[in-house]
Amino acid sequence: MSSNEFYTLKVNGTEHQVSDAWIGESLLYVLRERLGLPGSKGACEQGECGSCTVYVDGAAVCSCLVMAASAVESEIATVEGLNADGTLTDVQEAFVTEGAVQCGFCTPGLVMAVHHLLDENDSPSELEVKEALSGNICRCTGYGRIFAAVDKVVAVRKGVRS
Amino acid sequence: MSVLIPHSIAEASELLAQNPTATMLNGGTDLMVEVNFNHRRPESVLLLRNIPELKNWSTDTSNGTITIGAGLPYSFIEKGEIALNVPALAQAARTVGSPQIRAAGTIGGNLGTCSPAGDTLPVLAALEAVVHLQSVEGTRSVPFAEFMVGPKRNSRKTNEVITAVTLPITGQRQGYSKVGVRNAMVISVASACFALVEGKPRFAMGSVGPTILRATEAEAFLNSAAPDFNNISEDVAREFGRIAASEAKPIDDHRSTAAYRSHAIGVLAARLAQRGI
Amino acid sequence: MSAVKTKRDTLGTSSLRPDGAAKVKGDFAFTSDLHAENMLWGATLRSPHPHARIISIDTSAAWKIAGVECVVTAEDVPGQLTYGLISSDQPVFAKDVVRYMGEPVAAVAADHPETCRRALAAIKVEYEVLPVLFDPELAIGDAFQPIHPDGNLVRQQRIVHGDTSVDGEIIVEGHYVIGMQDQAFLGTESAMAIPDPDGQGVEVFVATQWLHEDQKQMAACLNLPPEKIRLVLGGVGGAFGAREDISLQVHTALLALRTSRPVKMQYGREESFFGHVHRHPATVWMRHHATKEGKIVKIEARFVFDGGAYASTSAAVLINGVTHTQGPYKCPAAVVDGYAVRTNNPPCGAMRGFGVVQACFAHEGQMDKLAVAAGLDPISIRLLNAMETGDTLITGQPVESVAPVARLIRETNEIPLPPDLALDANELDLPGGSGITAERKHIKRGIGWGVSIKNIMYSEGFDDYSTAKCTLADGKVTLKFATSEVGQGFVTLAPQIARSVLGVTDAVCDTIDTQIGSAGSTSASRQTWMSGGAVDGACRLVRERLFEHIGALHNIEPIRFAIEDDEIVDTVGTFRMSVVEASQGISISETFEHHHRATEELDENGQGNCHVAFAFVAHRAVVDVDPDLGLVKVVQIATAQDVGQVLNPLSLLGQVEGGIAQGLGLAVMEEIIVQEGRVRNPSFTDYLLPTALDAPVVVARMVEEYEPQAPLGAKGVGEPPCISVTPAIVAAIRDAIGKDIPRCPVRPQDICL
Repeated sequence: MSSNEFYTLKVNGTEHQVSDAWIGESLLYVLRERLGLPGSKGACEQGECGSCTVYVDGAAVCSCLVMAASAVESEIATVEGLNADGTLTDVQEAFVTEGAVQCGFCTPGLVMAVHHLLDENDSPSELEVKEALSGNICRCTGYGRIFAAVDKVVAVRKGVRS
Repeated sequence: MSVLIPHSIAEASELLAQNPTATMLNGGTDLMVEVNFNHRRPESVLLLRNIPELKNWSTDTSNGTITIGAGLPYSFIEKGEIALNVPALAQAARTVGSPQIRAAGTIGGNLGTCSPAGDTLPVLAALEAVVHLQSVEGTRSVPFAEFMVGPKRNSRKTNEVITAVTLPITGQRQGYSKVGVRNAMVISVASACFALVEGKPRFAMGSVGPTILRATEAEAFLNSAAPDFNNISEDVAREFGRIAASEAKPIDDHRSTAAYRSHAIGVLAARLAQRGI
Repeated sequence: MSAVKTKRDTLGTSSLRPDGAAKVKGDFAFTSDLHAENMLWGATLRSPHPHARIISIDTSAAWKIAGVECVVTAEDVPGQLTYGLISSDQPVFAKDVVRYMGEPVAAVAADHPETCRRALAAIKVEYEVLPVLFDPELAIGDAFQPIHPDGNLVRQQRIVHGDTSVDGEIIVEGHYVIGMQDQAFLGTESAMAIPDPDGQGVEVFVATQWLHEDQKQMAACLNLPPEKIRLVLGGVGGAFGAREDISLQVHTALLALRTSRPVKMQYGREESFFGHVHRHPATVWMRHHATKEGKIVKIEARFVFDGGAYASTSAAVLINGVTHTQGPYKCPAAVVDGYAVRTNNPPCGAMRGFGVVQACFAHEGQMDKLAVAAGLDPISIRLLNAMETGDTLITGQPVESVAPVARLIRETNEIPLPPDLALDANELDLPGGSGITAERKHIKRGIGWGVSIKNIMYSEGFDDYSTAKCTLADGKVTLKFATSEVGQGFVTLAPQIARSVLGVTDAVCDTIDTQIGSAGSTSASRQTWMSGGAVDGACRLVRERLFEHIGALHNIEPIRFAIEDDEIVDTVGTFRMSVVEASQGISISETFEHHHRATEELDENGQGNCHVAFAFVAHRAVVDVDPDLGLVKVVQIATAQDVGQVLNPLSLLGQVEGGIAQGLGLAVMEEIIVQEGRVRNPSFTDYLLPTALDAPVVVARMVEEYEPQAPLGAKGVGEPPCISVTPAIVAAIRDAIGKDIPRCPVRPQDICL
């Protein structure tokens, strides 16, 4: 096996050296297994579940479909970088309080997708929320509490006390 | 380093000439699935994602055309100004995978892979898009019908980069439909694009044959049977669908049956012929 | 005296998950997130054939690849060569014969997943392909030679009950087909094994539903005493039945023991489809006899469950199926024949609903046919026949559980129907979604009903007890149990129990591992009842000891004490003391085993008190259908569920909504497609799960009637939500298009061709 890739990735504002890597490694694999950032989860390896959602140059994408060695010029952001001080973001807080977390495997990817949605659209309609989250499979919740969490964040951000 | 990262199309063609076995990579939504599933092990990769030229788009009002860079993600095509110019293309782009896939995937990828289930391809077929390619030897423009030559086969030469696609801005009715067994994020079981171009109906079908098929007999029927394309009767629409279905060449596979695909294409054809009237 | 109390998350409150914050931050350690110094990766070579003889296996080329540390086959299994939940019939590695596509043949350990893949490709296995037994009907009788030494019939069960000579004035009949569903948990199979320095034992972090059962089976295969295999629950990314059987446990431990290095195995999604059992595909024939008014007088039925290549839990699934033939309805007579068979199809076993899903799909289809024949609507026919506490099942077992079937139907019916589809409905509200396949005028709406009964806990004499230990020290409770937390929320519930019983605020769960007695499996909707009962019992024992301790100190008879909120109070005197204060400087520990009441095996006529208890649920589905394209959008699910006592409203709602989504999946999209033993769609591209745009509006009512048999008055709630929602949705589709559809999932061609 040719493990001859040496490169640098910028993740959550910090540069990380990657050495002796195989070219076929996905960004998801490198984040989890080489950089000690296992928050992004892998569940399908083909962009059909959203568990591995990260931001590459501001776009929310599936890190399982990003060749890690191809992301050397990109700014990568992961769930670990959402709140560096260790507190919960409003989206994370709402996921906990509204019951949007069960097994939690899909949760980091969903949190990333919801932040991305609300950054682009601060008052999404019900259908806009559903379409924006349609790439994140959750097998436990049936999505009801996830929608409730999104509604809560939107309401709080608008200053409406729920 | 076996990932080559050019920043211009010219640089990319140079690198490709020097590394003819390099695998081209843009959004990664096709290639990385093959790598992850152990179906492909690229030795070296030519990354097209960091080439700004490939993400451009522009309209040419004198020709009435729009040219879209091969590296522009679907998320930019499904809405905004491009959607106003080629609404069927925007409708097709919106059905590609998930939001995450649309943020990465590109028309260049759809063309490079040339799957019969490629979501935007029926639009390119119906609108008779022109595919632009570039190599160290120069540039070349190929009509879509000559570009896609078989399932997952196209006429791109190994040293060429797909740079852009040009489509007419028709200003007339056009629409796209895609059938899948889920209300989002689904591979097409049958897809179709109906468009009026220079006053004539065109109909292209995806996932119902080895390539994207143009239903030329159905188009001819509609052209003769409907004096006014903005007033197509139920009967004419149904017959249009029946003929289109007869022109499909679907197969049975794990996603659907040939019988259903033919049927669905007929329904889509009839509905698209009347949609928006 | 009582100052302002801080709110304590006792039973009945929507206490939040203790692991919630870690999970939203990505900090929670799922098994697949674990890493160890000097760790190797393990991977499995699987059969490409559904049935073949192994002529030879040559691993020499794999051993030569740089980075490969170990290759193992059946030759290397030190103990028993097979494992299994009910009968030990499944090889750790196939030795002479492979019996299903994807059966493990060898495993490797190497320095990188890609090295593993290359090593697997370098193992040369010569096969002689054998005829494939893929038709379950051919597995009954002698039509096909045995594909396994145990034969092709896993179990047969007959039920003969009541006066079987009666015939109904109305007779309705149906043949039903249920497709093979996958649990599709998001966190695929994963384990990490760390060998002991002396090589005589191993610690295994694993995502499982039942630590002690894994331990028992692993010990036999590894030829080690069980205590030398210490299992720790790694973070579990969902389960739904798929983690009840062994998958990679023995392989991982074996590779670790062989290499003397930590080994991690983790299936990819494609491998996961081959790596665990699925829901049994089944064919069910039922003939209902009724009076002309529609009262059921007899049911005849025949079930065939395709268990695939190995037994797994097929025998128990079969019993669940046949014993639930009548559904939640009175039925005085029945003749039922059920078969669970072995084929060269993928092995099938536990999935949420466990045999009852298949029975319910058929009996609910029958109830709608009966309604038509009797001139009644779907609600009236169900109310007319609704089961009540005290009724006798077709097994002769009396229903002692609370059985509010009629109330569930009425309460569901009271839930307002959704508004009509707007004339200018958004395309995302129409079947076909963003594919823009339809306009409003093409869509027809339908309404359908499904009601079900589900046994909870294990049946047929199995003592699936649970163990818990409670330690109270310095005002803090620590709870220890081996109950698998797979997402259902037992780690939320257990501290709630402790807070209620002991009056503490600070209650935490210890590591979940095999350093305590078994908790049984997280399945059969049983952990709230069984492990909840164990935690409750342990906390009560600690409370007695605390009362004794305080009584001795203050010279008060312990029997006079009670816990009021967070205080110990003398119920006949004035003494009060906070539990925190009372437990300073002491440590009280008690362990409790909770056993449910004994059950019996069925006799040859299927008679016997084989189940512990029952839970009921009603579903009403509203769907929009595009009849010409065969596409469906589920609009609303109304449900009323019999839950006993509500212990955590938020967790409960999550179980209800989540179960409904899985039942929806089986109704309209989820099916593993197997052709002549070959799986055609082992990926999330082709095995479709409901997305956010497929999720219906769920309106749920919890029907609270305290269950006297249950330790906390609460019934298990995990399985019922997914059972009758499937037939409800399919009935709604039938209603919309006026066509009988006898199968699930309903495919577009079933509707429009």
